[in-house]
Formats: sequence, C-alpha cells, structure tokens
Amino acid sequence: MAAIEPMEQFLVHKVVPITPLHVPGLGLLDLSITNSVLFMIISASVISIFFLMAAKREIVPGRMQAAAEMLYGMVDGTLTGGIIGDRGRPFLPFVFTLFLLIAMLNLIGLAPGGFTVTAQLAVTAALAIMTFTTVLVVGFVRNGLGFFKLFLPAGMPLGVAIPMMFIEFISFAVRPLTLAMRLFGNMLGGHVVTYMFASFVVGLGLFGLQGAGLAKLGLVGSLVSFLVIIALLALEFVVAFLQAFVFAALTCVYLNEVVNLDHGH
Amino acid sequence: MDVTAAKYIGAGLAMTGLIGAGAGLGILFGNYLQAAIRNPSAAAGERVWLFLGMALAESMGIFGLVMGFVILFVKV
Repeated sequence: MAAIEPMEQFLVHKVVPITPLHVPGLGLLDLSITNSVLFMIISASVISIFFLMAAKREIVPGRMQAAAEMLYGMVDGTLTGGIIGDRGRPFLPFVFTLFLLIAMLNLIGLAPGGFTVTAQLAVTAALAIMTFTTVLVVGFVRNGLGFFKLFLPAGMPLGVAIPMMFIEFISFAVRPLTLAMRLFGNMLGGHVVTYMFASFVVGLGLFGLQGAGLAKLGLVGSLVSFLVIIALLALEFVVAFLQAFVFAALTCVYLNEVVNLDHGH
Repeated sequence: MDVTAAKYIGAGLAMTGLIGAGAGLGILFGNYLQAAIRNPSAAAGERVWLFLGMALAESMGIFGLVMGFVILFVKV
C-alpha cells in the first residue's frame, strides 16, 4: 500500500522549465511554468473567456449573460454597494476581480487532478498584501494624515484611548496575516481532510477484503468513509465559494473604514 | 520523550483551538436564526454580516489547524 502523504498534493513542481534569468539588481529569477502558474493561467483564461462570451449586451439576457449579471449584481449590491455604499463604486472592479479569481482557483482545485493554488501561502499572502496596500494607499490619499483617526475611536476618555490605540493598531497590522491565513488554512484543511478520508476508503477496504470474521467490518467503514467524502466535497464547494466571498467582503470592510472615515456609514 | 510522540501530542493539543471556533459558530448561527425568526424581513440584509462573522470566528480555529499542520509536516 502506498504511503499516506496528505501534503504531497500541494507540492509545486515545474511543468515547463525555463533556465533562470539573471536580472540586474534582483539576482537569478526562475520564471519556470510550475503547476501553480499553470492552474492560475487556466482559471484566469476560464474567467476571461466566460465574460467575453457572456458580455453580449442583449436586452433580454441569455443564460450566460444572466449568470454573469447575477455575479456582478451580487458583488455590486451586497459587497461594494452594501458595505461601502455609493463611494464603493470605484473599487468594484478590484473587488470583483479578487472574488472571481479566488472562487475560480478554489473551484479548479476541487476538480480531479487539479492543483489548489490558494492552498499555497505565498499566493494568498500576495493577495492579502495587495489588499492591505490598497487600503493603506486609499486611506492616505483620501484622508491624508487624518488616516490615523482610524486608530482613535471618537468620544473616548483619554485613559482608555491610549491602550485602545495600541490594540486598534495591532488589529490593523495583523489584517494581511489573518486574510492570508484564513484562505490558506481553509483550502489546505479541506483538501487534507478529504485526502484522509480517501485513504480510509482504500485502507479499510483492503483490510476488510483480506481479513476474515470481524475484519469484514472494514468494508462497512470503507463505505461510510466514501459517503463522508461525498458530503465533504459538497461542503468544499460551498467553502470554495464562501471563502472567495469572505475575502472580497473583508476587503470591502477594510476599504469602507478608510473611504468613509470622516463620516460614519 | 520521543520527538515524534511529542509532535503528535502537540498537534493534538493545537486542535483544542477548534473548541472556541465551534462555540463561536454555534453562538453566531444560533443568534442569527433567532433574530431571523423574530424578524424574517430583516434577515436577508444581515446575511453578509453573518458570513463575515463566520469567517472571523472560523479563522481562529483555522489558525489552530494550521499550527497543527506546521507541527506535523514542516521539516525543521
């Protein structure tokens, strides 16, 4: 029986090797196409092709256009519109792109043979840092130095205000970490749990087939594990979509704080 | 103690973080459901905050899970 290696599915390996380039100032850069890059390209192409085909601008939308409009309407209505308000419109493309890309990467990872790009901490960290930088830049551009009012809730007595500032600052500073870890942990955890149950199906099944007497109960365990996998996969599809939604929603919440800083929303 | 045994015990202990996540999710969804039954017309508008709260509560458990994976699988 093959060894149970739940982390082996997350290994990055080269698909199209490219000899490392020497870039002045950066050193050697390895730009090989890895399986991670490959699946990112696939999901980006799927999204682009879907929207190119869906955007026919018909007055009575067809199936694809209706689906695309539903997605767009959801992000526009509940995320940027619902959380940030009217001032959230300029951020709609950013939030919509984040949502679609993460959802597609999560879903493509669930396909058989698929590689889960979002289970790489480097990828989720890059996305989280991008969001965090956007929040910082927008905050400073819109409010100038008034940005620091974010750390000082209004109408607070001085004795409480100073410790509160520290707490608020720390909770602000760990945001990219929590954003990255949440997506990474959810995808990693889900896939590892599914893998473990899949190994139970094979292991207990073989045990039941080879043994006699009570060992035949292994077959029952194998069947139960198989049913659990089906349920888990259904859950994973929900989680894949939900985590993309949550990432986009948290981006909106963080943007809302800096966009509507001067007047509460 | 054997290092491997200590590793497994540590990973198991890291999973105790999921107690809090479970309790938090229970409180969250329980209260949402209670509020939604009392005032069904307001329920749809608060669903975004429900999922946000779910993500925040769940992330604490996920941190424990990630720690468990780090203890088990990261080779030092």
